[in-house]
Order: sequence, then C-alpha cells, then structure tokens
Amino acid sequence: MPKRTDIKRILVIGSGPIVIGQAAEFDYAGTQACLSLKEEGYEVILCNSNPATIMTDKHIADRIYMEPLTLEFIAKVIRKERPDAILPGIGGQTGLNLAMQLERKGVLKECGVKLLGTDSDSIDKAEDRERFKELCESIGEPVLPSVVVETLEDGLKAAEAIGYPIVVRPAFTLGGTGGGFADNEEEIKYILNNALSLSPIHQALIEKSVKGYKEIEYEVMRDCNDTAITICNMENLDPVGVHTGDSIVVCPSQTLTNREYHMLRDSALKIIRALKVEGGCNVQFALNPESFDYYVIEVNPRVSRSSALASKASGYPIARVSAKISVGLRLDEIELANTLACFEPSLDYVVCKMPRFPFDKFTDASNVLGTQMKATGEVMSIGRCFPESMLKAVRSLEIGVYHLHMDRFDECDDDNLIEYIEESHDDRIYAIAELLRRGRDVSDITGASKIDAFFINEIKRITDMEKILRSYAAEDRADIYELTELIYRAKRLGFGDRVIGDCLGMNRDEVLKYRKEHSIFPVYKMIDSCASEFDSYIPYFYSTYESPECAYNESVVTDRHKIIVLGSGPIRIGQGVEFDYSTVHAVWTIREAGYEAIIINNNPETVSTDYTISDKLYFEPLTIEDVMNIIELEKPDGVIASLGGQTAINLAGPLASLGVPIIGTDSEAIDRAENRDSFEKLLLKLDIPQPVGEAVTSIEEGMRVADKIGYPVLVRPSFVLGGRAMQIVGKSKDMEHYLRTAVKVDEDKPVLVDKYIRGKEVEIDGICDGKDVFIPGIMELVERTGVHSGDSMSMYPTASISDEVKETILNYAGRLGLGTGIRGLFNIQFIVDSEERVYIIEVNPRSSRTVPFLSKATGYDMADMATRVMLGSGIREELDKLVCDVGLIIGRSLDTGEDGEVHAVYYPTESERWYVKAPAFSFSKLMGMDAYLSPEMKSTGEAIGYDDTLHRAMYKALIASGVKLSNYGTVMVTLADEDKEEALPLIRRFYNLGFNIEATIGTAEYLKEHGIRTRVRHKLSEGSDEILRSIRAGYVSYVINTRAIMSGVHYEDGVAIRREATQNNVTMFTSLDTVRVLLDVLEEVTISVDKL
Amino acid sequence: MYAVTLSQGKGKNMSIQTENKMNNVINATNMAKNRKLVLESGEVFNGYGFGANTEKVLELVFNTSMVGYQEIISDPSYTDQAVVMTYPLIGNYGINEDDYESQSPSIGALIVREYNDTPSNFRASGSLQSIMKKYGISGIYGVDTRAITRIIRSRGSLKSLITFIDKPLSECMVILNRSVLPTDAVSRVTAASIWKADIFAPMDNMYYMGHADHTYPSSHSDQLGGYGHKSGGVHRLHVVAIDCGMKQNILRSLLARGCRVTVVPYDTPAKVIMSLKPDGVFISNGPGDPTDVPQCIDTVRSLKGTVPIFGICLGHQILSLAYGAKTYKLKFGHRGGNHPVKDIEADTIEITSQNHSYAVDRESIKDTRLKITHVNLLDDTVEGVACEEDMAFSVQYHPESAPGPQDSGYLFDKFIDNMMNARNRKEGIYA
Repeated sequence: MPKRTDIKRILVIGSGPIVIGQAAEFDYAGTQACLSLKEEGYEVILCNSNPATIMTDKHIADRIYMEPLTLEFIAKVIRKERPDAILPGIGGQTGLNLAMQLERKGVLKECGVKLLGTDSDSIDKAEDRERFKELCESIGEPVLPSVVVETLEDGLKAAEAIGYPIVVRPAFTLGGTGGGFADNEEEIKYILNNALSLSPIHQALIEKSVKGYKEIEYEVMRDCNDTAITICNMENLDPVGVHTGDSIVVCPSQTLTNREYHMLRDSALKIIRALKVEGGCNVQFALNPESFDYYVIEVNPRVSRSSALASKASGYPIARVSAKISVGLRLDEIELANTLACFEPSLDYVVCKMPRFPFDKFTDASNVLGTQMKATGEVMSIGRCFPESMLKAVRSLEIGVYHLHMDRFDECDDDNLIEYIEESHDDRIYAIAELLRRGRDVSDITGASKIDAFFINEIKRITDMEKILRSYAAEDRADIYELTELIYRAKRLGFGDRVIGDCLGMNRDEVLKYRKEHSIFPVYKMIDSCASEFDSYIPYFYSTYESPECAYNESVVTDRHKIIVLGSGPIRIGQGVEFDYSTVHAVWTIREAGYEAIIINNNPETVSTDYTISDKLYFEPLTIEDVMNIIELEKPDGVIASLGGQTAINLAGPLASLGVPIIGTDSEAIDRAENRDSFEKLLLKLDIPQPVGEAVTSIEEGMRVADKIGYPVLVRPSFVLGGRAMQIVGKSKDMEHYLRTAVKVDEDKPVLVDKYIRGKEVEIDGICDGKDVFIPGIMELVERTGVHSGDSMSMYPTASISDEVKETILNYAGRLGLGTGIRGLFNIQFIVDSEERVYIIEVNPRSSRTVPFLSKATGYDMADMATRVMLGSGIREELDKLVCDVGLIIGRSLDTGEDGEVHAVYYPTESERWYVKAPAFSFSKLMGMDAYLSPEMKSTGEAIGYDDTLHRAMYKALIASGVKLSNYGTVMVTLADEDKEEALPLIRRFYNLGFNIEATIGTAEYLKEHGIRTRVRHKLSEGSDEILRSIRAGYVSYVINTRAIMSGVHYEDGVAIRREATQNNVTMFTSLDTVRVLLDVLEEVTISVDKL
Repeated sequence: MYAVTLSQGKGKNMSIQTENKMNNVINATNMAKNRKLVLESGEVFNGYGFGANTEKVLELVFNTSMVGYQEIISDPSYTDQAVVMTYPLIGNYGINEDDYESQSPSIGALIVREYNDTPSNFRASGSLQSIMKKYGISGIYGVDTRAITRIIRSRGSLKSLITFIDKPLSECMVILNRSVLPTDAVSRVTAASIWKADIFAPMDNMYYMGHADHTYPSSHSDQLGGYGHKSGGVHRLHVVAIDCGMKQNILRSLLARGCRVTVVPYDTPAKVIMSLKPDGVFISNGPGDPTDVPQCIDTVRSLKGTVPIFGICLGHQILSLAYGAKTYKLKFGHRGGNHPVKDIEADTIEITSQNHSYAVDRESIKDTRLKITHVNLLDDTVEGVACEEDMAFSVQYHPESAPGPQDSGYLFDKFIDNMMNARNRKEGIYA
C-alpha cells in the first residue's frame, strides 16, 4: 500500500519538558519521526514546549510551536494551522494523552483532523487496565489478577481478595509515578492514597505481585497489512519489581531458551495484532524463572524509552519506521540502510543499559528502587561478552567509579551486604561484586537479590580476573607471554587500563605502554542489524578486543579531514539534553564545512547517537582511555570538547597533554576559567569585580575565611556542575557542619567560600573568536541569588536591568571572553546588587544549558556559529553573513589595552517578543526528597513560553512547565520570620484576588495584624497534622513555604509540608520571587472584586 | 570442580573454600589458547577448545539465530557442518531434555565467541559441552566469529578444520586441500527402518506449531480437543513422512494436529509408501545437496498427483526437482530466524526460520506445473512452491520453527486441509 495522499500537513506533538520517566528519548524519536515524514513529502507542524530539544529546530519541522502542551493550546494550534492529520505516538505519554483528549473533546472531528497510526480505541484498550485485561483474556493471554479501584476502601477489599503481596499502579501516569508494592494493609493505605491522587482519572490498579519473576520486554512493530515483527527483546537484570527504566537491562535476553523466547515473541505479536497497533509498541512480560508461566504486564502502544534503547541497540530506527507506517506505508515498502523494514534484526553483541540516578545530588531521596522510576538518564554500552558490556557501561556512568567497585562497600561486613542486596538499591550491583570478591557463593547472592545466576556468574568472571591479576602481581612472575595473555583476557572482559594497573601495581600509563608494546589494541565492530549477513557499511561502531592474529577492524579510516565531537554522556541533574543540542548542531556545521564529523557518546536516548546524524558514531565510554583509542585510530584534525558539558570539558586537559589537538577553547583557557586562582588573577587584571571569596583546603581554613569575609557565605566544592553540594551558610556553627559533612574537603578537593550577595542574577551566552565577542542576548533570572540558575525562571530580554548595567555586562563579558582565551561558546553568570553594581559569579568556558533557549529566542544559531568559529571563521565574518536577515547588530569597542588592535563586543537589537524559560521538576517521583529551591540544582527539565507581553509569556512558561495555575482556592503560607515583611504585599494580592489564606500560627498572626483574614493551622511541632491533612484534602491551590536561609536549619515542619505538597501534586513555591511572577500572571487573567 | 562440590555444603569451611577456588581459577586461566580454526583460504583463528576433540574437515557456515543452539546442534540438516554462531554468548541456558531436534546430534562442530559453562535455566540438565563431548562434536571459542562470518559472506561457505593449536599450518592446508566434503549425509541421518509415531505425546514436552491464534502454553488441551484441527472431529489422518533427517518438531507438529505418522527411510520406494495407505506424504528437511538423493526424487515423482504432499527445506527442493525444476547452491546459504517471506497470494509476511545451502531456481519453475507461492523479501529467492491440482506444496523455510519464529504453523493446517479434502473426495463427500 503506498503512502496516503489524502493528507499533506501533519501535526506532531512532542513530550514537553524533561521529567523523570520522560526524557531525551522523545527528542530522538520526535526528531526521527519529523524527518521521516518530511522525507515522504509531508509538511510537518510541531508542537513542543521544550526549547532544549533538537526537534524544535527549524531544520526538523516546517512550522514550530513552542506552546504549552495542554488541550487548550494544542486545540488553538490545530484551529490555526488546520493540519490534515495528527501523529500521537511520538511524544511519549504526554503526546498520547493529549491526542486522546483532543479526540474525546471532539477537536479532531471539528477540525477534520485524522488520527494517524494506532486508532484511539486501540490506544484506550492498551492504556485502560480493565479493557486491556479483557482483551488479553479474550485472546488467551495471561494477565495478573487485578482490580481497578477508585477509593481506598475498595482497594483494601481488592487486596484482601487477591492476597498480599500486591502492587499498586496508578492509571495514566508517567514512569509509573505513584505506584508501589504493599505487603500489608498499612503499606497499601499509604501507597494507594498517593496513587489515586497522582492519577489524572483517580484510578489505580491493585494487582497480584510477581516480584522475583524475570522481566522481559519485546519491542514490536506492526503495519496496516498486519505484518508484525520483533525488533529485539530485552531482559532486565533486576527481576520484576524494579521499574524497567531503573533496571540494568541487557539486549537481547540472555537466559531464555528458544522456546521461552518465541513463546513470549508469539504472545507480543498476538497482542499487537489484537490491539491493531500501527507502528512501534513495547510489551512487557513477567516470566516465572522456574516454569513457562508468564504474565503480560504492560503494553505501550507508542514509542518509548525502551524503543529508543532498542533502536540504538539494534540499529533499527523504530520511530522513523513508525512514522512511515502511520502514513500508510507497509514494513515491506520501507527501506532501511541495508534491508527492508520487515526484517528482524540479529545482534552479534551484548548491549547493557545502566540507569543514571540523581541520588548523588538528592541525598535525602530514598535510593531503594521500585515500580516508580527514579533515574534521570541512562548509558548504553556494547560488547562481545557481558562483562565487557557491563564494565563499559560502568565507566560511562560518570559516578566516580571506573570499575565494578565502590569504596563504600569495602568496609561493610558480609551480612550487611547480603541484606543490602535483598532490597533493590540503585548501587547493589557493586555490593554484589564485593561479595563475589570475598568469595561469597553465587547461590547466596542469587537467593538474596533474585538476580539470575547467569548474571552473577558473569560478574564473578570480573572479580575472578581481578584475583588472577593480583596473584600474578604478588608472585612477581616475569613470564612476558603470560602477562600479555592475562592483560589481553582482562581487556576482553572489558577492564580499563586503570583497574588493570591497580591489580598489577602499575599506573594507567604503564599499562597503556605495555599494551602498545605488545599490540593489545581494540578493534571496532559495526552495528549493522544483521550480524554481518549482508554486505553493508553502517558508520556505527563499538570497540572490543579480538585475538591479535585475526583482529578485524571494521571502522574504515578515511583520508578526509575530520573532527571528533565529544558528547555529554548520560542525562543527569545539571547536564541535560541541552548539551546534546549543541553537539548535534556542531556536527551539522562540521559536515557542512566539508569535514568528516565523528561523535563519541554513550547515551542511547539522544539525537547525537543516531548514526545518521554524523559521518561516524562511536558508541563508547567517555574516558581518556576509550576516547584515546579512537583518536589514535582516526587521527582527527581536531577534537571539540566544549559542547558536551562538563563530561567533555573534563577530558580536554588530559587529552591536550597527550598531544591531542583540541579545537576551540584550549585547556589553558579552560583552566583560566575553572581554576580559582588563575580566574582571580584574570579578574584582577581586567579589573572586574567578583564576590570576595577564597578556596580552602581544610576545615580550619574554611572557618577562618568565612569569618574574614563575613556571613552569609556561599560554599561549594570546586569543579562541579549543577551546584552540587552548594549552600548558603549563615553562621559559623553551620559552616563547620557543612565542611565536616557535606563535602570532604582536602588538598585535591578545595571548597570555595564566597561572600553571598543578595541581588538579581543575570546570565549571558556568548561566542568569542579571540578577537571579537558576540552576545546574542542577556537573560534576567526571576529568582534572586540563592536559587540555582538552572532552577530559576529566566527572561529574555531582561525586564528590570537598566541600559547602563547592560553596557557594563556587555563590556565585562567581552573582555572576559577575550581575556580567558575563549574560542567558541562561553557562558557568564552575573549578580547585580541593589546599587546596580555588577559582579561575576562564574565563567563557563563551554556550551551551557541556556544555549538552545537563547538560540531559539534570539534566532541566532549559537552552536552553529561557534562551531564555525572553532573551525577558523571569525565573528565579524559570521555577522556579515547575518546582518541582512536579522535586525541590527551594534558593536561596542573594547579597550583591552594590550595588542593595540580594535576589539568589539557585538550585541543585537533586543527582541520585542518576550521569552521565558521555566524549570520543570520531578519531585513527585522521588519520595523523601525536599523540594526546597537552593543553590543546588534540582530541576530535570525546562519549558519555554513566549508572547508579546511578559506576563503572558510567563503564564505560558509556567503552564508548560507543569505548574497548575488556578485563580481561586486556598493559599497555604508558612514563612520564615525574615521573609514576612516582603511576603505581606504578595499575600495581600492573593487575598485581593479572592483566595482563602491559611497559615501556621506565627505567619497567620502576622497576616491578621495586617488586615488579612487568615485561617490558623497548627504546626506539626504542636502535635497536629491538620496542615498536612489540608494539603491532602485537595482544596489547597498553592503552598508557599520559605525557610530561613541564613540559619541553614531544616525545620521539620517545613520539610514535611513540602513533602506533602510534592507528593500530593500541590503547586508549591519556596521563593517569593516566583510567587511575585505567579501573582503578576494571575492578576492578568483574574478579575477581582472590590468594595465601592 | 572441587570448589563447586564444596560450596554446596554452605557456610562451612569458608576460608578453605575460597582458597581452593582461587587456585582453581588461577589454574584455569593459565590455560593458553589450545585450538585453532583453519580455513581453506588460509586464515587461522586461535581459540580455546570445548566439547569433543574430534578433528574433521567440515563445511563452514554461519547461523544468525540469537537463541536455539540446542536445536541447532541436534538438527540433522547441519550434519558435517561447522556452524559459526554469530550471536556471541552460547551455552547460557545449558541443555535440557526436551529441546532436541534429533536423538543424536550430528552437527560437525560449533564455533562461538563466548562459551558459558555454568548454565542457568530451570530446565537445564547439563552444559552444552557435556552433550558435545558425548556426541563427538568439537567446539572452539574465543575466536572472532564476526570476522569469520564476514569471510564466509564474501567467499561463500568454505572448508574448515578445527585442530590443536600447534599443528603446523602447512599440514592443516594439506588436509584441507585433500579432503572432499561427503555427499552421503542423508543416508546417515535417515530412519533405519519404517516406524510408527502414533502416540499422542504430552504437550508440555513439545512445541505446538499452531494457528496464529494458538494459546501457549496454558491451554493446549483445549486446542487439541478433537485433535486440534479447526474443522473439528477426530480425523486421525495418516501421514507417511519421508525422513531425510527430519527434525523432531515436524513430527511433534503433525502429532499435535492429530495425525498418525509413519516415518520411512529416505530411499523407501513409492510402492511401499502407497502400501501404507497414507492420507498424505511429507518430505522432510535434511542435510546437503538434494541432487545427492535421486532415489527420493524418483519416489516423489511417482507419488505426485496421487496423494497430498508437503515438503520442508530439502523436502521442498526434492519436490521441486520431482516436478522438473532445478536447484542451485547459494553462496553462503540462509541460516537464522529473521528472514521475511511473503506469501504471494495472501499478501502476508511471515518471519521465518531458515537453514539451507541450496535453493530452487526461479527460472526453472516456469517450465513446470509448479507456481511460486512464497518469496524471500531480502534476496527474492524462491521460498515456496505449489501444484494445487496435485495438492502438493512445499516451503524452503521451517514452519516447525525450533529454533526460530513460529509464524508459519498455518502450513501444517494447510497440509491437513489438503488431506481432509482428498479423503472427502475419495469418500465421495464432495464428489
């Protein structure tokens, strides 16, 4: 069947801001789908509120709306654009839910818009547990006994009938948010309340628990002709009970016989045929490890995180093919790189996916894994045996370990470790390795962890190899042949040089030298989806070690000029999809400039690891060893390290010292910006002020410096991204506490102590070519200093910054760019105090989080321009090309007083439209976490809002970021004493808008004194939980809670209130600045009443 | 394996146990490469031995299935072949009692990247190499199976030798050049004599290649009420299966549909077969070149038109030859479980299990009474033919699966339909 000709314009809905459970994989899927539709000649209209994505780039779709992903806004887009059809299955659960709402509300019918792909009834059947159960029962597929409940009482009855243990799954939530296991009535009460409140339809499923079963997933595809195929299957290392997004996953399955594999394959295909899915679909099974009994757990009739992983693991582009199927093409009519799309990939390698958790930053969140996803990102690695694959994944995670070994378990005794692995802790795999290292029996470990013995035995191969290497070193054998063989074997198991060195008593460089002398090098194998059955050249490679006498390297090194771009690794708090945006743009630009562009990265969710983006993709850990192996093979003309966030920038120095040509900002310039001493010298030379501060290397020194500077001070470890462990400290007692507990201060890890200046934060992104600087825009942050810039709302253009201050900022930025020696992108954060004095907070000599936002707001593709600059172009040359189509760009000359040359900083006319960036948080996924905004970054994503007035733009940004904006209801207020005066006019504004005000006793009295009628709520510390009950009851629209930042003390009340609010999905504000913005917006949209 | 035995006495002697394990491990790892694979084109791949020590010149082929090594080693069609598994991890789930495709595995050798000797699966009754040792199948692991596969792909399947590592290359090459691959494999794997498989074996020990809507594994008994045929009723059709090296799952698939099966050796004359009063004749898969079994082709030639016939793989080639078509050897064959095949008439696509070196020549079919019913979507080779008026049809791929996808069970139903129709016609029901 040929593609449909009755449609010409297709609306694609993206997934919005990144939250846990819905991350960059939908940028990858969406980008692929849009390009795939364009390739077929359709006009693509895209709706996505996430500015950090590639898919919202003008290259990807024809018309782009970065409007909030709500029914109201999408309906407006549809009425305005009148698309012929809508593609729902690409934007994750958000996109799917929206499409379903549009259908139900009749918008699609009203506007004559066809739903492409799987029809709405099928989606409903797959998503509605009850209907899905009916469907499975009708085709004889086993599902777990379960009951849908809408009240706690029904839930308790159901659990009794099914029998404990049971699992609670809320309907229509992302990443299984709000679900969990319960062994008894007590537990179910707590979990079910939460689940019901989080489900948009207040429904949850009580289901038999099959904890301990194997969890197996199949990625399947079906077309309109009923051809159905499997792309691949995946086995979760963690058994059922851990969300697949949080589990270590291998692809393909390792412990299934042909019979089990095909039993489940048949089942998956039968289900998608019964559902009449058109496109990609994910089916999850629980398989009894002791029999053939299985249950269908879940079906996702859309592309998903698993489908992104499956695409990268198999080389089969699921989203691309799904998009083509949705316009009527059949699997046998769609051509892939080397086969037809109706072929099932055959893998000749093992893929290992490991999740990246935020517990390093969210130390108060529980790290026990369950049915609610907690990981912010993931890495994938590829090897020819399981240990190799897993060790590469461990190296890719960037969690401070370089091998399957964590220091923290060294001291634990065996019993503690066994106990630890019984629960699914995020890092239990390292505890398992430790137990094996101590010779603990495999069966003890499988018994405790319920992880299949296959995997434990494979991990044992790793710990056995460590022992062998150690014993070799201990006996000091000089037999060269044996050592060569030993190292070769260790390399085949995926050992890095560093750990081999540890075991042998050598350092990394000595191991490397030995390897070079004895020709132990990796070879690169291709991911060709067909196990090399068909002749093809797919430029997608992974490394492995093969026998030297027959080592076939498949990566063909061309004689073209080439540039390697280092990616940004797994998504974590502070380093998100924004860095992938810059990486991909750089690659496009490099290719345009005629170079061969090579990417090294390990994140399966991203666009950059789609092998069609670059000329060559190496899917490898971003460590010196793994990167150097590629560099030695490719011998590139340059390596770009300034676009892949801190991951890549950290590699710049070591690579440069090995003689690698780093293009763009060099390692000396990086050091000038990141090293405290040299940065201070630079500022002194340029006469640019910064808050007074010092780096300290001991507790005593820290206390002394803080006293000298005067409290409050801002403290943080050096060399971190996203403000990890950054705090404002108000007095010496807290300072000592911080230095003792929050960071381990020593010679190698200095802690920075700065004067805390209260003021407005301003941020710029710029490009410097060594001669001139271009700054496309200045952004003003809503929240004052003290809230991490990544968690702040940000405006472009600025709203309250005077022209004089702007000129100062431009001047400082220009001179800093030149003075630091930037070649390419850089980012500077400033503080403007109440006297309009401008201070530098920091210079980031690399691409930043705000580059995509600012690029989209200003219309200047910063990453492209910066890449051209790195390749040798100049700012003036670049601007000459632009001036004709974008406004006026005015240069201000800079007096650097050094070389006598004329330098300038260029700044274009500011936009007349307002652009606002708002952070999106994932607090409700992380039980126990305190949602207070602080200098430590907590947001997982961001959304954009733009309009002709600032308040409308803010309204859109807030809505798009997931804030529930309601213009009536109750505001619950608990304030720190120091904030009361400032908060008063704000609360009054709520009061005037017609809100009820509730407050804890101190706050309430203060408000009453000032004429605001307030209902008093008792504090928890007074022995009452009425405040929590109010929040739970559902009538509270906003919780406003501030804590005394100067004291640094966490009031238990505050913590409990904030937890209750996040767990019950009540909008909460911890910064009065955000409240002010909210009120500005609410006043714009609300008509209030007043006496005559 | 001192350590393993000890470890079962949990907890006790912990220190001794650890120590012994250490020694054990170290000794094991000092084992240097001890075997090599030599190709007739001169390449040498050094690796580690597993399985038996037999040294034989074998045809080297590759298989892209990611699961099903037990079915593969016991599939008689692999007789005298050294099979490179492109999937690198082999042995993970061991060997069990149920998944054999023949009583005595006759594969030549197995070549893998990683061999796992500590199987994990609830049915595992032993390790892969224990069975390979028992049946004299040699193995080599630790070699670059992807490199070997690429050699096979570019040069075609070729002769190979697995031997001890120190055997001089020149000596290996002499052996390789001198030896001729055998052509009598079918005679070695066929049934020794006529035997009846008229039992209805318990289903939890076998695959059931059912309708597209079959339920597995929970409700076989329902499916098999009335012996599983969709027309209902107990038919007890009698199938004579010509055994050229028949896979067990073909037998299971026929039995599960209520057939009585009489298995006959490949060279059983037509007269003898007809004397068994079959409702239909099945021609099985088997090793090698179909033109090496002219007796069988002759038999089918005289049977065609008199009784419904169904052929699989070698059986498909034999049927085609019997109708006058020609066969040829593919460069490196199809072995795996992922090729899409299109049923031309129904316009449907099934993913198939494949294992063949030879194929039926598309052009040569034009001059016969056969029509092409199935085609491979990847290389356009002939995957199925039929002569409808004779109620004869065959497919190149393996609808019985084991290993591989189970999309094509409908072909067994079609065979049964044909036999029912023929019986009804004979009995005058539709005459």
